[in-house]
Amino acid sequence: MAYPEKYRYTKEHEWLQVDGETGTVGITDYAQSSLGDIVFVELPKVGQEIEAGSTFGSVESVKAVSDLYAPVTGTVTAVNESLNATPETINTAANDTWLIKLTLTNPDEVNGLLSAADYDKFVSEETGH
Amino acid sequence: MPDLVTPISLRRTSLNATHRSHKAKMVDFGGWDMPVQYSGLIDEHMAVRERVGLFDVSHMGDIQLRGPRSLEAVQRLLMNDASKLQIGQAHYSAMLYENGTFVDDVVLHKLGENDYLIVINAGTREKDVQWVRKVLAGMSGVHVTDVSDYYTQLAIQGPKAQATLQKLTGVDLAPIKNYWFTWGQVCGCHNVLIARTGYTGEDGFEIYVPADEPTSSRVWGEVLAAGAEFGILPCGLGARNTLRLESAMALYGHEISDTINVFEANLGRYCKLDKGTDFVGRAALQAIQDAGGPVRKLVGLEMIERGIGRDGYPVLSLDGERIGEVTSGSPGPFIKKNIALAYVPVAYTALDTEVAVEVRGQPVKAKVVPTPFYKRPKMAVPPITAPLS
Repeated sequence: MAYPEKYRYTKEHEWLQVDGETGTVGITDYAQSSLGDIVFVELPKVGQEIEAGSTFGSVESVKAVSDLYAPVTGTVTAVNESLNATPETINTAANDTWLIKLTLTNPDEVNGLLSAADYDKFVSEETGH
Repeated sequence: MPDLVTPISLRRTSLNATHRSHKAKMVDFGGWDMPVQYSGLIDEHMAVRERVGLFDVSHMGDIQLRGPRSLEAVQRLLMNDASKLQIGQAHYSAMLYENGTFVDDVVLHKLGENDYLIVINAGTREKDVQWVRKVLAGMSGVHVTDVSDYYTQLAIQGPKAQATLQKLTGVDLAPIKNYWFTWGQVCGCHNVLIARTGYTGEDGFEIYVPADEPTSSRVWGEVLAAGAEFGILPCGLGARNTLRLESAMALYGHEISDTINVFEANLGRYCKLDKGTDFVGRAALQAIQDAGGPVRKLVGLEMIERGIGRDGYPVLSLDGERIGEVTSGSPGPFIKKNIALAYVPVAYTALDTEVAVEVRGQPVKAKVVPTPFYKRPKMAVPPITAPLS
């Protein structure tokens, strides 16, 4: 599976792309593959403040519900409304399908996230191969 | 990547290596290492509704009862009336506790005079076998054999199931009616039990082939090859669950269990209180019926508001009072609605009654709808062709 180098990652399987003070959040290819066919996404409202490590929504496949965890603290500036109609795009393009954008409260938090290589290693260890 | 080695504690069917080598996603299902999906749950579900799918259901158990008193034994053990079965016929039934709740639901096959096969669930195999032995303890003239490990059980399900299986057997499948079975050669194996049964709400067959690994994997491969022209897909337990849920078929541990009785589960039509033989659970059920029936019942729910009710979620009245629980809930991939089966008080069972399902702390509106949620279209009757003049 591909984990773009330009993203940072959480152990809860979100990716974060940082551009100045703006962060864009999605879930990893591993996460979508583990969940299977995604049929439902619940996201916060624009303006909502979310705290690093807290849940900000959920992704549901036919079989399972998975909470979404905020990689960093920030204020939501945009949510991907198109996922209400076509949540399956997360399965086909997890790396290119964003869930929310936020303004980072503390950009230093990004340093605590995993690099692509570290995330890849983490997933390998977690799944035992 | 799938793990290449099964954890030792989990049990495996003879097709385990086949599933793993074909990159199925494996899960622990009732102590069995089973494929939950192959290519994708929705694709597999749709293949069964529109074409044909193949399932490994070898984890199901099988108990054979033979001997001059086997009918009497079956009548004592099971709630349906086995005296009505003809040789080559099967029916849905259940083993009950004295209080009318479920040991397990089963499919009973009449193999011959004094010869019955009870197909049981995977997660309850040992419990069921022990229960049968306990109920029949001291009864002479019946011999109980656990034949679970003798068979690899494959389910070929969908509108193209007959066309697929017909390529692999000389037995004419067309005359086999729903819930009837026969024996014949399949993929070169002799005396294979071929039953027109299943757990998907579609037409289909279940076949019982020898459980050795080479035979099992060969037959699996030959069925997939035969079905290729129809677009067959190997399917996992994920699709099996959503298919049975759309068809509102009970699953042990969900809609039926040792705390739920037959009438609550709406399975009274398979329970013959007046069959003339006392069966385990009969007295309790008669008392429940005489007292006016159960106080709660299983209903079908369709979510009205955005949200998916899932197994174990609370059901609330519109006032917010907790009135019941979802036993199985999921999106229905074919009917494209979020559906659930749930237990609610009888006062809430009328069609179109609105309730709410508590989805992670939030009430989400749902309404009572008829079950099954999905009913397969009636098979088209071939037109009577006028003779050529």
